Amino acid sequence: MYTLPLSQLDTLFETIGANGPLYIPVDNTSGKADFKRWEKGVRMSSALKTVRSAKDFFFPKTENLVNFRMNGKKIEVEDPRKELEDFVVFGVRACDAASFAIVDDVYINQKPVDTYYKNRREHGTVVTLACTEPAQTCFCELYDIDASDPKGDVSAWITDGSVYFRSNTDKGSRLIDGIKILLKENDAKTVETQQSETREKVSKLPFVNLDLSKYSGDKMLALFNSKVWDNLSETCLGCGTCTYVCPTCMCFDVRSFDTGDGIKQFRCWDSCMYSDFTKMAAANPRLTQKERFRQRFMHKLVYYPMEHNGVKSCVGCGRCLESCPIHMNIVKVIKTINETPDQPEGGR
Amino acid sequence: MQDGKITNQLLSRSKELLSGGKVQIIIGWRKGLFDYDVTPSLFTTAEDLENNFVYDEWCGANLSKYLVKETRKIETAKDTVRMNNRMAKTKNPDAKDAPEPQTKILVFLKPCDTYSFTELLKEHRINREDVYAVGIPCDGMKDPAKKEISERCTVCKSKKHVTYDELIGEDGGVQDSKRFDMVEKIEGMTPDERFAFWQGELSRCIRCNACRDICPACTCEHCIFDNPNSGASQKVAADDFEESMYHIIRAWHVAGRCTDCGECSRVCPQNIPLHLLNRKFIKDINELYGPYTAGSDMETKPPMLTWTKNDAEPNVVYARDKADAQGGR
Repeated sequence: MYTLPLSQLDTLFETIGANGPLYIPVDNTSGKADFKRWEKGVRMSSALKTVRSAKDFFFPKTENLVNFRMNGKKIEVEDPRKELEDFVVFGVRACDAASFAIVDDVYINQKPVDTYYKNRREHGTVVTLACTEPAQTCFCELYDIDASDPKGDVSAWITDGSVYFRSNTDKGSRLIDGIKILLKENDAKTVETQQSETREKVSKLPFVNLDLSKYSGDKMLALFNSKVWDNLSETCLGCGTCTYVCPTCMCFDVRSFDTGDGIKQFRCWDSCMYSDFTKMAAANPRLTQKERFRQRFMHKLVYYPMEHNGVKSCVGCGRCLESCPIHMNIVKVIKTINETPDQPEGGR
Repeated sequence: MQDGKITNQLLSRSKELLSGGKVQIIIGWRKGLFDYDVTPSLFTTAEDLENNFVYDEWCGANLSKYLVKETRKIETAKDTVRMNNRMAKTKNPDAKDAPEPQTKILVFLKPCDTYSFTELLKEHRINREDVYAVGIPCDGMKDPAKKEISERCTVCKSKKHVTYDELIGEDGGVQDSKRFDMVEKIEGMTPDERFAFWQGELSRCIRCNACRDICPACTCEHCIFDNPNSGASQKVAADDFEESMYHIIRAWHVAGRCTDCGECSRVCPQNIPLHLLNRKFIKDINELYGPYTAGSDMETKPPMLTWTKNDAEPNVVYARDKADAQGGR
């Protein structure tokens, strides 16, 4: 493991920032934190997590996909992508880092490959930061994510006045090589002490031991037809907060913008909570908020796992617990379903 | 005031009305996983109320807007029976009328919620007969993130209950509020500073639409932002311009109807002080057309829906100066 005195963090940022964009969590004027591009004088936030997840770096809110330019009767097709600079994201938490694998499985590890997403993934180096003070709303442990041992290209720990680094990938090694003059080699003892303390704290959090045995493919229909969705969704506003702060929500819409002399086609985040999410030329199969609400949780807990070796597409970051305007969230859904007696498959 | 005693009072009264058949549905707040994460909810049984109903300093959610949807369900059910009765009569003139379903909703309203409720009644969005409104006292609600009294409650405009069928606790009065202080501060900025302020705030917007969806003044059947042909659909905005446009259109649309309940800012995941946009409109309307509070009664005609020859032309700053010279209105 490599270490750097915490007092030299700014020097480290300067060194990394000199080679390309570096993003770190920064406190904003509202008292919450966002990832911001590092520049001299910008200080890293001590917040546990950013309002929005780190997915934005690879799956931005909006992204230009293709331009069509009209030239008389000819249409020129233009790929708007510019050569992307290599960038570094520093301070990603274990939950967000785990979410990348979940999105990768859809956009990179199955066909067709999303080349826009893949391009950003390839150019980004993720430096994760171990948690030390998990919130009561954190439950990454439920999905076997270790908050004290985050993944990513490089893992980092801040303990005892030092920052510890461990590289996990080739990309990570290249980053470490570039900053080696600042680093010293050290053993992992203090890190291990911090890890066991964090694990102890995490084990006492309220939602890390929820029972997920009901959420398997063979129970899909019974869950789908369960009555619980009526009550759970009754006051859902149909806003997109949960989906937009969620690190694993990855749905988008493709829209066209008339530029006057052509068309700019872009994609933007979409939300299954929105009324026109499934609107098609013929009809909309999800007419009420109940169907939309059910879709979101069935996708996270049943449909995605069915396609991806049982991996749930939730990482327990707790953002939906904090942001939902009516305080409805995946933990309440799991608990309510667990407390509801099983109903016969397909029956109501 | 929102202590265990008042919760028990609300609880026993709602159970009483429920068992007496006066109401069938109760819209209240449901206990969460922690103390602060209560959820607006519909209760239909005494058992559910007993176990899960709560009213404390975390019950900031304004329940009035749910009445739009819920009273419509009641009206639709009644219409269906009436229609069937008419159909039956065409076949058999002696057919007996099936009874119309009698459903009434009890809703708990804090003083500021009664303004939203009244405004919704005024705009014919709620059928009054389907609602049994119970006014309840409020000492200010807490912000779950900060664990302290929220900004909107520190500048509470009124402890008065405008419309209700029954009052639990004491009624209060309209208060001298400092709610326009921040608006004045922003007015005092140079145009560049002001632009930078709003650009900074609105740049955080993720277009989750929570501000629109929670807003009791936003009850359009089909919102312009749900229309893909409007150029500003409900999806994430294409650029900064669209982001600002969304908020500006919304502020204009609720102008003169916004009761300043502050729900927009409460639900914003990015802590954007959206209520300031609405307060600016309220302040301007007060200055241009005389004091007016949306939802403060059923009678006063809203200034944006009336016209007099002396009305200032509010579309240019010049007109406001002229209005000032003429002493307000």
